[in-house]
This record gives sequence, structure tokens and C-alpha cells, in this order.
Amino acid sequence: MRQDHLITATQLSRDDIEAVLDRAREVAADPAAYMDRHAGAVLALCFFEPSTRTKMSFDTAAKRIGADTIDMGGVESSSVKKGESLADTVRVIEGYADAIVLRHPSEGAATLAAEFVDVPVVNAGDGAGQHPSQTLLDLHTIREDHGLDDLTIGIMGDLKYGRTVHSLAAALTNFDVRQHFISPESLRLPRSVRFDLHETGAQVREHTDLEEVLPELDVLYVTRIQKERFPDENEYHRVAGEYRIDADTLEDGKEDLTVMHPLPRVDEIAADVDATDHARYFEQAHNGVPVRMALLDTLLGDDEGTEVDR
Amino acid sequence: MSEHELRVSKIRNGTVIDHVEGGQALNVLAILGIDGSEGLGVSIGMNVPSDRLGRKDVVKVEGRELSQSEVDVLSLIAPEATINIIRDFEVVEKNRVTRPNRVTGVLSCPNRNCITNADEPVETSFEVVADGVRCDYCSTIIRDHLADHIGV
Ligand SMILES: [Zn+2]
Repeated sequence: MRQDHLITATQLSRDDIEAVLDRAREVAADPAAYMDRHAGAVLALCFFEPSTRTKMSFDTAAKRIGADTIDMGGVESSSVKKGESLADTVRVIEGYADAIVLRHPSEGAATLAAEFVDVPVVNAGDGAGQHPSQTLLDLHTIREDHGLDDLTIGIMGDLKYGRTVHSLAAALTNFDVRQHFISPESLRLPRSVRFDLHETGAQVREHTDLEEVLPELDVLYVTRIQKERFPDENEYHRVAGEYRIDADTLEDGKEDLTVMHPLPRVDEIAADVDATDHARYFEQAHNGVPVRMALLDTLLGDDEGTEVDR
Repeated sequence: MSEHELRVSKIRNGTVIDHVEGGQALNVLAILGIDGSEGLGVSIGMNVPSDRLGRKDVVKVEGRELSQSEVDVLSLIAPEATINIIRDFEVVEKNRVTRPNRVTGVLSCPNRNCITNADEPVETSFEVVADGVRCDYCSTIIRDHLADHIGV
């Protein structure tokens, strides 16, 4: 990856993605080889909203390439609470760390942070914007099952606010992938994401019913529909119920259909799916570690440790 | 001085922005960041009959020559505008506005959750796309009624 930050998936070329995923494969095959590679490096985990999972995943990845991590503690106790701007916060933290991982509730936060610091910034989720490191692990998971070309994928659930969806859809335009988006009308992809897909000439269709496309799919990527998105609770229960899957639903899918979910799930994937051959969401979560190891390894550079491109 | 004379009175040095879509004159000034506090002489003609536009607005700014990059942003709300640079009562330069690639510090992002609306030390920045503008931070696209988003 010839860039200093990872802010959106839109910035990623096919080569960028394949380079990280190739390295992730190497990492997964021989994690010990990466153990001391970035000894002495410090990664700052700046989480302005709670996300135990993503934070732990980056924390683990950093430690497995020999780097240390620091974090700001809860937002409650930090200087953010005292009204410090994000621009100031990252400029201070830049002095402590070799790279910054940023999770923030506002869209565009990582873009802004990257303008103010020289160390690499990784966007670990900006509001309803993007979550590109999740996309890399999603792609790794898909690639290990099906490869990334001549593929039909269905992405279902909250497509409007789902940052993992926005990033995944953008990244998939680099590959020969037919994308089907399945959601209630009120939660369709935002205009800006549709605009980008349209610009790239991606093969995209939108649906309100999963049944319409389920038999064609190689991958079904499910996301959670949150209660807060609906003005009234009955409406939420009625709508969310239509985008729930169980083992029965998947009877109509291909035999080698892969079911993914960025987790945490609530009830959009019934527990009886876990035991089927389709379920891949726990492996997907585990893949976060080697993929983020590969990503951090790329962003931190090869200055210390062994040469890779010999 | 009659109303007619006021409307057409010439300026000695400065810029005349002509062929502005009727009703947009105040937005033109807002986009240019001219609010009178600069001490510039400003006169506005609104809903002046025009062959080309039916009704047009005209904005005259005395004592300041606006650069092309300053006026290009006007193309978003007044694509037909012509810019006349005046020196000693003569038009020395006449230009159309052209669409810029980027608009900085003029529009505010309509996405309340955008980081540019969070008291950060940055100017808003929008990329000009096919049929609107797009926030460089949150990607929100503004298509219609750009004038409603002037001012940060
Ligand atoms: Zn914005």
C-alpha cells in the first residue's frame, strides 16, 4: 500500500487490497515470524466511542507484531470531555505513538485527523461513514472461501448507517463481483455510496426481499438493524423481522453459501445457523487479527525487522 | 437621484457581477463573504428585466477586483453570471464563471453528524461533482438548493 493512512475503502486499489491480504495469508500461516518485527513501536488506540471488539482486535494485532499499545481510557475521563478538539487530541497523541487507530462518532473524523498528523491514521469507524479495516478482514474471509472474482454477494440489513457495508461495497468494485443490496426502503444505501458505485460502473442491484436473490448468492453478508433507526418500536419489530435469517431460510441458498456478519449480532441470524456449514462469522472475527497485523505491518513500514520484498 | 439612475449607476473601479439569476444577489454576496463590514461600496439591482434570463440580479462591488477563483464558486448558484472588471469606469475584462473543482469554506455540510460541524479548526471543503457538491469529510452530496447551505 503506497499510502500513509487508511481512511476509506474507496481509496484502496485492487493492488493495495491484494497486497494486504497476501501478507495476511503469510501472517496466518506463520504468525511467529512476525512476533518481534515492530518491537519498540507504539500504536495509539483512540476510541471516542465504545467498541471493545475492534479495539481488542487491534490491540492483539499490535502485540503480535511486537508493538505496544496505549489508549486514552474512556471518553468520560479524557480531555475530550473537557472540550478539546479532535485536531488537538491527535496532535498531542502523535507525539506518543507511531500510528493512530481512530474510532469516532462523527463522519469524516479520520479524514480530519489525518490532516493534522504525520503518523499513519487508521479509521476504525467514523459514525455512519466507513470502517475499512473491517472490510479488509471481510475480503480476506471471502477470498479464502470463494476468491474475489466472478462472485455474487448479497449485503443485507441496515445499509444506510452501516459503515461496514459502505466500505465493503466500495472495496468490492475493484473485483468482478455482482452486488445485491437487500434492505427496507428506509435503510437503503445512502446517495453518496450509490454515487460511488455508479461511478465505478459496478454491477449493483437493490432489493427489499432476500428471497429474490438468495439462490444466486455465494456470500450473504448480514448486518444488524438497530432499534434507534425507527421512530416507533412496533415498526422496528415488523421491519427487522423481515430481515432475519435462520437455518430454514438458508435451505434455498447454494450449498457453499457463506454467511457473514460483522458482529455483534442480536437476533438477525438465528443460533441454529451457527451449526451449519454456511456460518463463517466467528472465523471472520478471528481473521481480524492476522489482517490487522498485516495492515499495521504495512503502515508501520519495514524499517526495523527483516526485509520482506527480497 | 431617480430609481433608474441608482440601478444603472456606474462604478469607477471594481467588479460588476451581471446576469445573476433573479433573487440570488444576496447569496452572491454571502458566498463572496461580503457583508458591508469591509467598507466596500456595494450596490445591488434585483429582478432587473433581462433578455437572457427574464429577470436578473446585478451586484456591483466598488473598490475591489474579484479574482477568477473567487468568483468561480458563484457558478454553483449563478451559472450564467458574467464578471466585469471595471477600471476608471471602463470594462477592462469580461469573464464567465466556470465550475471550480473544489469549494472551500463557503458551504456548510448539511450532515449534522459531519466532523466539520463539530467545532474543529477546519474549513469545510466540497468537491464539485456532476450535479452537485460532495463533502470531502463525510461524502454527503448536496444536489439542490446550494444557496441554503451558504455560511459556516
Ligand atoms: Zn460533511
